[in-house]
Amino acid sequence: MSNDVVLAGIIVLALAVYTLTGGADFGGGVLDALARGPRAQKQRDAIAHAIGPIWEANHVWLILVVVLLFSTFPSAFAAISTALHIPLTIMLVGIVLRGTAFVFRAYDSQAPSVQRRWTRVFSSASIVTPIAIGMSAGAVASGQILWTPDLGVTSGFFAGWTTAFAVFVGLFLLAQATLLAAVYLCLETSDELQEDFRLRALGSAIFVGLTALGTLFFAKTDAPGIWVRLTAGGSMLVFHALTGLTALCAIGALLKRKYVVARVLAAAQVILVLGGWAMAQYPFIIAPNLTFADAVASPAVTTPILVTLAAGSVLLVPAFWYLYRVFKMNKDENP
Amino acid sequence: MNDLMAARSQMAMSLGFHIIFACVGMAMPLLMVIAEGLWLRTQEKVYLELAKRWAKGTAIMFAVGAVSGTVLSFELGLLWPTFMEHAGPVIGMPFSLEGFAFFLEAIFLGIYLYGWDKVSPKRHLFAGVMVLLSGTASGIFVVMANAWMNTPAGFEIVDGKFTNIDPWAAMFNPGSFTQTTHMALAAFTSVGFAVAGIHAALLLRDKTSLFHQKALKIALFIAVPFSFLMPISGDMSAKHVAQTQPVKLAAMEAHWTTEKGAALRIGGWPDEEAQTTSWSIDIPYALSILAFGDPDAEVKGLKAFDEDLHPPVAITHIAFQIMVGAGTTMMGIGALVGFLAWRRKRLPTDTWVLKLLVAATPLGFIAVEAGWTVTEVGRQPWVIQGVMRTADAVTPMPHLVVPFTLFTTLYLFLGVIVIYLMRRIVFMSPERETETQNHEANHVE
Ligand code: HDD
Ligand code: HEM
Ligand code: HEM
Repeated sequence: MSNDVVLAGIIVLALAVYTLTGGADFGGGVLDALARGPRAQKQRDAIAHAIGPIWEANHVWLILVVVLLFSTFPSAFAAISTALHIPLTIMLVGIVLRGTAFVFRAYDSQAPSVQRRWTRVFSSASIVTPIAIGMSAGAVASGQILWTPDLGVTSGFFAGWTTAFAVFVGLFLLAQATLLAAVYLCLETSDELQEDFRLRALGSAIFVGLTALGTLFFAKTDAPGIWVRLTAGGSMLVFHALTGLTALCAIGALLKRKYVVARVLAAAQVILVLGGWAMAQYPFIIAPNLTFADAVASPAVTTPILVTLAAGSVLLVPAFWYLYRVFKMNKDENP
Repeated sequence: MNDLMAARSQMAMSLGFHIIFACVGMAMPLLMVIAEGLWLRTQEKVYLELAKRWAKGTAIMFAVGAVSGTVLSFELGLLWPTFMEHAGPVIGMPFSLEGFAFFLEAIFLGIYLYGWDKVSPKRHLFAGVMVLLSGTASGIFVVMANAWMNTPAGFEIVDGKFTNIDPWAAMFNPGSFTQTTHMALAAFTSVGFAVAGIHAALLLRDKTSLFHQKALKIALFIAVPFSFLMPISGDMSAKHVAQTQPVKLAAMEAHWTTEKGAALRIGGWPDEEAQTTSWSIDIPYALSILAFGDPDAEVKGLKAFDEDLHPPVAITHIAFQIMVGAGTTMMGIGALVGFLAWRRKRLPTDTWVLKLLVAATPLGFIAVEAGWTVTEVGRQPWVIQGVMRTADAVTPMPHLVVPFTLFTTLYLFLGVIVIYLMRRIVFMSPERETETQNHEANHVE
């Protein structure tokens, strides 16, 4: 396999891990915004407790994606950051406010008025950021970002991300993140609190379904390239069926209170969606002009980076395992 | 403001903001690890309290460091896509390694901050050491990328394309060693002095506080020796700049005319129109000695270079004076405090010593900001020295003054809150402290 395929795979994998971990941290912020009723404070505490030790580590997956993109697919990085200047800037403001408001809330005065203010910043930034990320991803998938080797980006600064398709991708990601967070929280809580999060998980699962339909509906007009690939041939249809089935089973598991199963299925569904996107988009890193093979840097660059990634994961995997073992595995697991 | 100017200002502002938190991220773990190590060895409760209190402040600083660093990673593309399109693969290696350092740092930081009761004391200390090592490593890796912009290596340019890339040669470019050493030392020096200053201020309120005495001792234990290393490493940097970036050196020194046995100019005001520097104190031969180790060495003046290649001379020169001035002052204070402590065999807590330390609180950070101004402004008009001009690297995006204003406002807001929260944590009296801790235990945990 050539380096561009391997690196593309690693980038998709890093994006998937980011969605499953960092994405869920944003979902926690959405659930914070949705905290209601007599147990609102308890819900917030459970969310803060769950995110606190891990969000910074989870966030680094996004940095890894950026670094891999500019080191190994530099022209794609230049094209994306030129064409998507506006949504990426919005995303950055969201990232800054989410992270800081979360920490400020923990260390500022515990007076309710102060806490409410930080909560508002934290939760609204948690809503804006995944939408902006999704819109940027939607723009890349839309095939509307035009790029040539000599002129760079020729489609301006609004192409792709201002379509209904991109907006729905953003909303889909938001729903997906919320679903993940709610499902994870079911595993970290018990009794009434667990029921609260279960209901939210079911609610967001419905939103995942609706926004997925909206995305597909608008793909036909706004992202025709992807649409053709997504609907072409039997293997793609099997893929869709599998994704849909996974989602339905995840809902089933939630209804039956099988939280471990629900978590596995919700995560599997995210991986299937991202994998499906990647397959539908391949060989283009930015359709319709730039392929992975054209954009990839020379082997003199990519091979050492692949070796470094392999060596680095020898350190990283046990370290992450340790982090999650310390903070996530000494809870009473509810099967 | 034109778009190029706005982009440069946004980059400078974002980096100038991030670097403060980055320094704290590199150096605070050392202070915390020392305090915690002393707690494990002596079982004196005050050390544990100290480590915990420092960890609180550090948690806030780390979060701001992480998000402002994320902004930077994207800004490289948002503002300088052409630069990244060509330079990205060449300096991808230090950035990739930095990515791993970030992972380790964030993972062990989570364990350090939230794991006091969840892991054994030894493992907790180990987590602190890992944060220290990976934090310093991440700083070193990113400065290697920056050193490459000053002394590019590891590639050839054929038909305007960067080819024959050797990522290792790029990473270990000629400037890497001096620049990373100087930066790493700067982080520990600036944080050492800042922490010493804060605890000196608190000791002025209550000289009997054991807590602040121990804190000051640990901070000075770092600050004093590092204040001596700084000028030594700075001298190595200057010699290196003299060899590899003669225009930058000339701008740093506001040195206009090429001469042998050049004088060192201290202070003064460079006039870029008239190409002279007035009101400076000149020390004969000193520049030739400092730059090349030979009183008769020839030092190229700015006039020897095309005016088109001059960086903004006044900014570079004055920033350099500020850095060296701050560094010399810190070394003086370090020498004095070190001497007193050695003579009396205990921490000097005379009021005037404490006041002096309070006055020195911001000096390290001032030197850091000034030093980066020298490095970056002194490199202009190049983004990659001799290879790519800053003006050719900027994004075609119009209205860049909008994101510049946006991020400046955002960072001003964050800066104010961070200062407010730091004061809250630092100045909280012990009784209120326990009260809030109980409160937090109920709420946050
Ligand atoms: C605590 C902070 C601090 C202190 C006391 C000093 N410096 Fe510094 N200096 C820095 C913090 C710094 C820095 C912010 O860390 C820089 C910017 C780029 C770099 O790598 O380090 C820097 C850069 C820098 C450069 C430019 C390197 C380049 O462009 O490649 C030179 C020549 C010096 N320094 C020289 C000195 C001298 C002669 C000092 C004598 C006292 C000194 N520095 C004290
Ligand atoms: C001299 C310059 C720099 C130094 C010494 C430095 C050092 C550091 C250190 C020590 C940290 C960890 C501490 C903390 O989180 O507060 C950090 C965080 C970070 N830095 Fe910088 N940095 C510099 C410039 C940059 C630049 C130019 C970029 C981007 C291209 C960058 C990207 C980041 C990122 C993404 C993080 C967050 C990592 C996380 O999520 O944990 N930094 N930096
Ligand atoms: C954190 C410490 C740093 C500070 C305070 C700093 C400061 C500055 C300043 C003042 C400028 C504007 C120069 C001008 O246009 O006159 C600038 C530009 C720039 N810096 Fe740095 N810098 C730092 C570290 C770095 C690092 C570590 C990198 C990259 C790895 C970097 C990359 C750049 C780039 C790409 C530009 C824009 C192009 C240019 O103006 O040359 N900087 N920085």
